[in-house]
Amino acid sequence: MKVSLDDYRAVSPPGSIDILRRMAEKLRSRKVLRISAHRKGTGVAEMLERHTPLLQELGVDARWEVIQGGEGFQAACQALYNLLQGEEDRFTEEMFQQYVQTNRENARGLPLETDVVVIHDHQAAPLVDARPQEGRWVWRCHLDVARPQRKAWAMLRQFVVKYDAAVFSLPKFAQRLPIPQFLIYPSIDPLSEKNRELSTGEIRSTLDRLGIPADKPILLQVSRFHRFKDPVGVIEAYRIAKKQNDCRLVLAGSPAEGEAGRRILAEMELAAGGDPDVHIVQLPESAEIEINALQRAAAIVIQKSTREGFGLMVAEAMWKGKPVIGGFAGGITAQLIYEVTGYTVNSVEGCAYRIRTLLNNPDLAAKMGEDAREFARHHFLITRNLGDYLALLTTLLR
Amino acid sequence: MGGKNGEAKHPFQFMACWELREMLGRRAADVPELLEGLEEVPLDSIYFHTHSYFLRHPYIAGPYPNDFANWAAIQLRDRVLGERLAVIDPFEAGDLEALRNELVTILDDHLSHVGSVPRVVFGEFFFFMQSRILAVPAGIKVRTLAELREGLERVDASAIYFHVFDALARKGRRRSDFAVWIEDGLGRKELAAKFSAVNPYATTLERVRRRLIALCDEAERAGSAS
Repeated sequence: MKVSLDDYRAVSPPGSIDILRRMAEKLRSRKVLRISAHRKGTGVAEMLERHTPLLQELGVDARWEVIQGGEGFQAACQALYNLLQGEEDRFTEEMFQQYVQTNRENARGLPLETDVVVIHDHQAAPLVDARPQEGRWVWRCHLDVARPQRKAWAMLRQFVVKYDAAVFSLPKFAQRLPIPQFLIYPSIDPLSEKNRELSTGEIRSTLDRLGIPADKPILLQVSRFHRFKDPVGVIEAYRIAKKQNDCRLVLAGSPAEGEAGRRILAEMELAAGGDPDVHIVQLPESAEIEINALQRAAAIVIQKSTREGFGLMVAEAMWKGKPVIGGFAGGITAQLIYEVTGYTVNSVEGCAYRIRTLLNNPDLAAKMGEDAREFARHHFLITRNLGDYLALLTTLLR
Repeated sequence: MGGKNGEAKHPFQFMACWELREMLGRRAADVPELLEGLEEVPLDSIYFHTHSYFLRHPYIAGPYPNDFANWAAIQLRDRVLGERLAVIDPFEAGDLEALRNELVTILDDHLSHVGSVPRVVFGEFFFFMQSRILAVPAGIKVRTLAELREGLERVDASAIYFHVFDALARKGRRRSDFAVWIEDGLGRKELAAKFSAVNPYATTLERVRRRLIALCDEAERAGSAS
């Protein structure tokens, strides 16, 4: 279904759509080219797919192109991805040559003669070597580069410094660079299947299908079953809280790939110990309605990550009016105003304590949920993200 | 001066605004580093952490009304410092340079009284940022007090921010744009003084809006009673 900007009037802050239209007036017919590595299956692709028609509706001549590359290029990009996020991997000289050469080949077929070019992430960063004299170039980094492997960052940096500006998702991702660095938070789409309003009937039938009774307060964590999301820690926190407050725990998500994924799932099942009030629900990432329904059915949403990128699941829960208890990691701290929209915690005990606080104070939980929704409305919706891009384009084209 | 029937010769045009956030790539892990940063960052960074805080929190106030106080109390877990920084009033400070001076003085004094310097352990570093404020016409022009009241009621909260906070801090004025227009455009000096007396830093943008609307209502009532 094609979504129009006016469809967002009902959900975005009052007057904000009109402001977007006025901001865009100065950018009318300006050519903006955005380049990423994937057309489907990633958060960046999802964002660009929704953004591009909205920018076009605002009068910006926006295009989205994707670079192509063979297996060697994909392997080089994957290794670089791991290294930039601080993991161990190998990035050989041969891989570097493949990486640069593939970008050179792509540059020949791309319409780079444009007012602004925005390159998303590391895969297409070397395209900047083909930049024409005219036009402004922005590198948009969606990765968590807070603690990159230094050699990998140094390699990428030689391209990044040739841009006119860089954009990161969190202040802690910013680097020492001689170009301006802007902060733009990622966003959620309130009209998507994952976030749209659901009827009570839809929520109930989804819970029935998943075999989750709605007879007691539901604690929910939605995330990949990965060590960094600390699902076992969530089960331990639930156990402590359960001594005083009857509740259910739902851990929904998909196992991480390979042996590590199987191991963490086994650990979760062991920790759950057959407790009928603990539900480990395996869902593919495409299960948007199910995730939406679970978030709406929950009394408290938990995101007890020990390591996290931005963690947009927090914004999704906030948008559904839920108080959130989050680990002190990544973008969770940017989304939760402590004691106002939720709590950040540093331990299992801290998580258990806050579960109790919220279950024992339903009025507080409701107020936090309301405030969380308002905070999400102003900061984490796609309309805010669009405005930030318009502001960025305006600033660059001055 | 005010024209016929309380109508200003020159209309007041509401401007909304959008903040583009720029990272300075500088951070602090303890009070000495915060102090050093405060002394060196551009004034737009002081502005970001003490003023546009209100733009980012138009409806909901955090525990304290500026980023420095929140960081000290929550991330550094130095509640005394958080409280001392929270009570700073930019309205009283006057301009951004004076505000910087006051912040530096508090940090310096705090350092001279603490035995050991706490450092971020579990919390986050302080990241210095700065604002780039883009003014955007809000599409509302008014010529009378009644129209101003109506405009205040329906304009985006960022316009309240732009005409009050931005006017006071970045344009270095002692009065908000509203107060200037009420006096110069409508010729209502007393009401302008009341608008000027509203301390916007004591509350949220939405409450500032409500207070300004209430002042318009009081003035209208007084006008119809006399």
